[in-house]
Amino acid sequence: MGLFLFNFFALLTVICAVGVVVNKNTVNAAMCFMLCLVGVAGLFVLLEAYLLAFVLLLVYAGAVAALFLFIVMLLDTHSQPRPVRRFALVAATIAAALLAVAVLTFHQQPKLAMAAASTGASGASLKDYAYQLFTTYLLPVQIIGFLLLIAMLGVIVLSRKIEATEGAK
Amino acid sequence: MLHSYLVLSALVFAIGFFGVLLRRNTLIIFMGLELMLVASTLALVAFSRFNGTIGGDIFVFFILTVAAAEVAVGLAIIVALFRKRQTIEVDELDSLKN
Repeated sequence: MGLFLFNFFALLTVICAVGVVVNKNTVNAAMCFMLCLVGVAGLFVLLEAYLLAFVLLLVYAGAVAALFLFIVMLLDTHSQPRPVRRFALVAATIAAALLAVAVLTFHQQPKLAMAAASTGASGASLKDYAYQLFTTYLLPVQIIGFLLLIAMLGVIVLSRKIEATEGAK
Repeated sequence: MLHSYLVLSALVFAIGFFGVLLRRNTLIIFMGLELMLVASTLALVAFSRFNGTIGGDIFVFFILTVAAAEVAVGLAIIVALFRKRQTIEVDELDSLKN
């Protein structure tokens, strides 16, 4: 059952990832992106990281993909996507080389096979997360909060400044 | 089993990288970047699960937060760019060349 579920979610993830890359229509690409994230969330559940699966669905598939769709709607680019075939072969070669290096690295590491006979999941307990976040990782949590504040301010400034310059013209 | 997750993660990362190299639409390039981030989080969660520690999971937390901030700022930049240049195709955004 576990293997079937892994195959299902892995296939969903990979097919939708390819869909994101090759789709000409941006809206379809964003939808594929959302489905791909659902697949990854399923894999997180299989890895017993339930909280992360939920957060991934909430933040990524909920907020980020919706934001992408919103921007696509807002921009309304009528540009006909030109077929980019000049660099397709080069790009495919580089990406395949990256994949080959990654897979080779995994297969030459014999310790990975031993680790597969693993201990229990640690990501299942919400209490563990909270404890770690507010003791060991307290400083990063504070920095992340500050980063979010700065990002919010940055977005506001970015959205307003253009209007100001346009008004000056 | 760990191998399967890592190979899948590498595959998704390569697909996202391919998209970043291939596509000319800024939004799709951005989605490719997000795919690469998600692939790396998958590898981290798998390592964390098979290692029996929680460090990787916590790190994925931070990655998700930073990615959310990055998407907000990136999309704001794209919107500002579109307002100024009326295009989001990277081929036509070459004013720094001259």
